[in-house]
Amino acid sequence: MTDARALPPPAAESRLAAVRRWWGDHALAQAVGLAAVTVVLAVLTANVVASMRRLGMSPNFDYLAQPANFDISESLIVYRAGDPYARAILVGLLNTLKLAVCGCALATVLGVTLGLLRAAGNPLLARLVATYVEVVRNTPLVLQLFFWIALTRMAPPVRQALEPLPFAYLSVRGVYLPWITVEGGAIWPVAAFLLLVALLVHEIHKRLGRPLSATEWLVAAAAAILVPAGWVWADGVRLSADLPTLRGFNIVGGISLTPEFAAMLVGLAVYYAANIAEIVRSGLQSVTRGQWEAGRALGLHRARILQLVVLPQAMRVITPLMTSTWLDLTKDTTLGVLIGFTEVTAVIKTSANNTGNAVETILVLVVVFLSISLPVSAAINAYNRMLARRGVVTS
Amino acid sequence: MTILLEDARLAPPKAERWRAAAADLFSSPVNAVVTVVVAGLIAAALWRFARWAVVDAAWSGGAETCRQRSGACWPFVASNAQLMVFGVYPQDLLWRPAVSLALMAGVIAASMIPRLWSATLALAWGLVPAAVCILLSGTFFGRPVSTNEWGGLPLTLLVWMIAFAGAFVVAIPLALARRSNMGGLRTAAIIVIELVRGVPMLVALYVSRFIVPMTAPGLEINLFVSVETALILFVASYLAEIVRAGLQALPRGQTEAANALGLGYWRTTQLILLPQALRAVIPALVNLGIGVLLSTPLVAVIGMTDFLSAVREAASHEQDWPGCYTTAYFVAGLVFFSICFIASRYSRWLERRLRAAGHG
Amino acid sequence: MTKQTPIRRAAGVALAIAALAGGFGAATSAEAGPTVDQIKQRGVINVGVGTQAGFFAPDANGKWQGFFIDFGRALAVTVFNDPDKVQFTNTSPQQRLPALQAGQFDVLLSGVTETILRAFKLNFNFGPVVFYDGQGILVKKSLGVTKGSDLDGATIGVQSGTTGELNIADFFKKSGKTYKPVVIEDTNAFSQALLSGRADALTQDSSDLALRRAAFPNPDDYVLLPERLSKEPLAPAIRWGDDQWLQIVNWTVYATIQAEEWGITSENVDSFLKSDDPAIKRFLGVDPSLGEAIGLDPKFAYNIVKKVGNYGEIFERNLGKSTKIGFDRGLNRLWTQGGLLYSPPFR
Repeated sequence: MTDARALPPPAAESRLAAVRRWWGDHALAQAVGLAAVTVVLAVLTANVVASMRRLGMSPNFDYLAQPANFDISESLIVYRAGDPYARAILVGLLNTLKLAVCGCALATVLGVTLGLLRAAGNPLLARLVATYVEVVRNTPLVLQLFFWIALTRMAPPVRQALEPLPFAYLSVRGVYLPWITVEGGAIWPVAAFLLLVALLVHEIHKRLGRPLSATEWLVAAAAAILVPAGWVWADGVRLSADLPTLRGFNIVGGISLTPEFAAMLVGLAVYYAANIAEIVRSGLQSVTRGQWEAGRALGLHRARILQLVVLPQAMRVITPLMTSTWLDLTKDTTLGVLIGFTEVTAVIKTSANNTGNAVETILVLVVVFLSISLPVSAAINAYNRMLARRGVVTS
Repeated sequence: MTILLEDARLAPPKAERWRAAAADLFSSPVNAVVTVVVAGLIAAALWRFARWAVVDAAWSGGAETCRQRSGACWPFVASNAQLMVFGVYPQDLLWRPAVSLALMAGVIAASMIPRLWSATLALAWGLVPAAVCILLSGTFFGRPVSTNEWGGLPLTLLVWMIAFAGAFVVAIPLALARRSNMGGLRTAAIIVIELVRGVPMLVALYVSRFIVPMTAPGLEINLFVSVETALILFVASYLAEIVRAGLQALPRGQTEAANALGLGYWRTTQLILLPQALRAVIPALVNLGIGVLLSTPLVAVIGMTDFLSAVREAASHEQDWPGCYTTAYFVAGLVFFSICFIASRYSRWLERRLRAAGHG
Repeated sequence: MTKQTPIRRAAGVALAIAALAGGFGAATSAEAGPTVDQIKQRGVINVGVGTQAGFFAPDANGKWQGFFIDFGRALAVTVFNDPDKVQFTNTSPQQRLPALQAGQFDVLLSGVTETILRAFKLNFNFGPVVFYDGQGILVKKSLGVTKGSDLDGATIGVQSGTTGELNIADFFKKSGKTYKPVVIEDTNAFSQALLSGRADALTQDSSDLALRRAAFPNPDDYVLLPERLSKEPLAPAIRWGDDQWLQIVNWTVYATIQAEEWGITSENVDSFLKSDDPAIKRFLGVDPSLGEAIGLDPKFAYNIVKKVGNYGEIFERNLGKSTKIGFDRGLNRLWTQGGLLYSPPFR
């Protein structure tokens, strides 16, 4: 079946012929079949619209501009009850992204650590990690999330919050940490400058082909400290510590992590770390023993072999699997709805409930997730095709 | 027999392996410290668990005993077993879900014995869910019981079985279409697979609950049917990719040899390619099966009383059984774990067996 | 080669499954039209409920019990003369309204508050109010809070998809104070939020909060503030555009109220059959003219009272002083006793 595709195209082929070749055998049957499917889909869509009419509704997205009169537990941007639904959905979407990004990072760190611990050579430790992987991968994620949220509920009440470090609190309301507030000016030029310095150091390092000398490091460090300090002084930026303190009913100030977010984050990280540990293991196993031996024959240390020989090859197996795991994790952020983390699904369901636009709101949800997952999926496929072209793996 | 010999040749004797492992435990100072710390952690965790599950647990009596003991509340499990296992199925007809459970367990167990793999077994995968549906609904005989009242473990297994068996029927044509040289067909298959894989299962379930019923005005689409439709499509989109991988892994010589024998596309696919491709991806299939089973609790979100939600329902009788959540969740977790652990061990055993037999 | 191959068998299986799915569809198919016809064809009423012991909860044997459940059974008696021809499905507050729209239920008896937006925008019809409620606030006693406005800056648990979620936002806007919402969908998790200290207070229909408090391990540590933030008339909700079904829902509820007004209970209803009062004769179907005129079983009210009970019985059995819950009738008394329950005349 692959034969036709594998054949090199004839030298001078007209565009029409190329399309015909792409379209392949049974041209008419295909066209009729696809047309039939399209017609069925159109009928079903028309039916949905008709059903809505019968219930006195008409499909529209006007509700996005109407005020949403409910509050949301946590938000990255300013949101108050009465803002439009579109903004409420944006709040939910940002929460989803926040959870997805933090979750992927934590799961990866944890998973890689576990994968390496398992390969570290202590049988008992390897057994413990293996048991962890077994337990986590063989129980429903939903159940695990119930467990984690129940665990956060066992933390001490806010008035008896634990203070493991000065001004860091842990209570049933979440984790509170000190933060720095910036007033009276902009801080982003400092960040931009630091990034520039880092890039410059990297570039110089590459050009020189040797590590930087102590003096050169000193210059870079001085620039990285003095210039921002000068900017802060000149721009009138005031930095102040924002310390969490118990005031009234709650701990206020600082930055906080709600228990619902923490439970989702830990739950997803623990679950997907087990997957990632397995991916790392299978990636390392995909590199033949001969590679290790060849490295040793060249007189390289174990760590250098891992870094220079094994990992680059293992990454070919790991990268697509890891990416699709991240995608799965992102999709599973929707489970937040089960334990009270207000992500995009929760907001959209509440919107559907208050506006009656259930069909439209669910369509918004579908579009949101497709616009995240289709590009990632396309990237994975492209990567696999690239490897296949290079003959690394059979695709 | 040859397989046993292979295994014996590959692995050193058990005693030797133990000795080697024991030596590794204390091979360096760092390793020794790690071993002691890990052993301590394991012992502490086991002890805490034993106290909860055995020493401090209430074993007999009623809610009063549970209130006094700090550990697990086993009498709660005993007195709520019916609700947890069978959900809200009518009490006088419990033999139906019980027989259903036995039927489905039987087919699943039979499927784990490679000697029994046959067309008949494939047929059983289609017929048993159908029989269970007839049995639970009471169609053709006895009192009808609506799908809304199905629940508990039989429902979980049924949802899983139909989704998985049905997915095969959809996934194989999808996989073949995606590998076909017909551009239109291939594009259609890619669109279906990528669109369905692109949304979370929860969103797919919302679509099945709130939009699918509206696609056929006048026809009242049962929640169970629309959920299964969504799940079949959802699982099929993952399954199709697994089947495709299996097909891709086959050497091109297979097709060429079949063509040389004068077999057409369908005969080649049916007799040569699919059997080999499916055999090669069995471990991936088992993993997908486990994944789907572990995702079935999500159907609770749209109002089906699956096993986990029946357990939660039982646990919500808080005024009678204070703090029974932990025990209830533990039982639910244990049931899921037992099923999936056996399945994953089985998958690993099968993988070794197939590789040893030269099919991998 | 002539032997049947797995593929062909698999195709057979596929057909079997398709036929099965088709069979389910066909078994429940009905002409587009009145809900009543669909219900009759189906042989059972689909009712969406919540879970909250007292209002609606399956007992240890999986049989649904509760105040709203009994109204579902009363509806089944009106349509089928059989209190068991009804099936209850648990649905979260956030899902129930779209699910009703999508046709999953014939009626919602999950304690839905009747509001103008739900009537016009979501296109629902509401039957008579079966429970007059108001939004309350449940707080931990040790906080020393006596009214809602004391909760400035507090963390308050709200259940998503309820009017409570909207009312509390209004309440704090109006008073110019602030609060931190903890939005929770799951019914059980909602109670846990207060018990664990995640929230300082919960806000919800006060009856719901009282039921929760009763289920707490230490109910005396919590207090339901006397203040009511809103009116919460809980009524059966049905889809728009089906007047006949609406009438059945209406008059089923009225029958329970009227029966209580006349003192007719499930126990003494048979003795009323001998009553000389023409109104009671019409009501119980001794005089069948009324039932014939409206196209219902003339004895439907008799059957409801006999098989389910009157409003007072339903209330007492599930929520009243004789139960653990011990609710006062409050506004849910008959109009003759200073309450709001009032049935239009059965004639």
